[in-house]
Amino acid sequence: MSAQTGQQHPIGLYLKVWLLLFVLSAMSYMVDYLQFQGMLRWTLIVVFMLLKAGLIVAVFMHMAWERMAFVYAILLPPLALLVLVWLMWSEADYTFLTRLSFFR
Amino acid sequence: MSAIPIPLPHGAPAPAPTPVPLAPPGGLRGFIADWSSDREAFHISWGKAMMWIFLLSDTFIFGSFLTGYMTVRASTTVGWPNASQVFSLHVGGADVPLLLIAIMTFVLITSSGTMAMAVNCAYRRDRVNAAALMFVTAAFGETFVAMQAFEWSKLILEGVRPWENPFGAAQFGSTFFMITGFHGLHVTCGVIYLCVVAYKVMRGDYEKTGNYQIVEIAGLYWHFVDLVWVFIFAFFYLW
Repeated sequence: MSAQTGQQHPIGLYLKVWLLLFVLSAMSYMVDYLQFQGMLRWTLIVVFMLLKAGLIVAVFMHMAWERMAFVYAILLPPLALLVLVWLMWSEADYTFLTRLSFFR
Repeated sequence: MSAIPIPLPHGAPAPAPTPVPLAPPGGLRGFIADWSSDREAFHISWGKAMMWIFLLSDTFIFGSFLTGYMTVRASTTVGWPNASQVFSLHVGGADVPLLLIAIMTFVLITSSGTMAMAVNCAYRRDRVNAAALMFVTAAFGETFVAMQAFEWSKLILEGVRPWENPFGAAQFGSTFFMITGFHGLHVTCGVIYLCVVAYKVMRGDYEKTGNYQIVEIAGLYWHFVDLVWVFIFAFFYLW
């Protein structure tokens, strides 16, 4: 993709993705409105979130059409955050148990 | 690397000394030479690459904020406030859960749609429509910020502070103001950024080169702001 031409895509595609994002947002709102609880709620929230994020990055931000070297340079580094999440999750669990034993 | 000297035949005229590739300089000079040697890894314009790298760094900022939120929420022994009730609006004699947040989500998604269409218009060199759609996008963004200001005022009036709130765990207030405040700041900056670019597009600054990629780059920032909201909506408001 040269610097001069850029990313040119039909407007119909954008409108379809826009509509999909609307539907997905409405569905994630319904998760709360219908008061789903527990595992079902968390699964639905994460699924709708990932679908929306994927559509925005792939179509609106044109990652689906960029070169592979660039896509991986941008999309792989955030996976390091999963390590942080894992570390902080075990830390939070430890803090929670400590508080239960000493501060109640 | 050392070139092996080839023995010249007798009588042949000695060739002009060809420039031998110099060993790269060391020290500070070498540092500058290595960073400025015009090597290109990504076949895209520098502007787009730089915006993406900025967005990558921003991903880590919001990722760390949300991870911090997870940590304090998972480690508190006091019950977490029910976001569904805290952010409900009283409409027509009944409390509708998360109503304002749902409207804010739709406003932001709509602004992403108009931004995508602005990029499309810009590449077709339809600069009037591109600028108009960017101004519409900025207006939706400003609406979002206004609704967020309303939401903040409502919660502050109800007694929510970064250090305490009447609904439960104190960490609710600190993470709420930090995460939504930082996102709101991004939206506000985006509105200013979009207005500046739209003004330049409308004035015809890019007609000479015909390169309207700046609209796509501004669009990347705007879509990122929407992308961050997707995660905040899921983890902070719905979880």
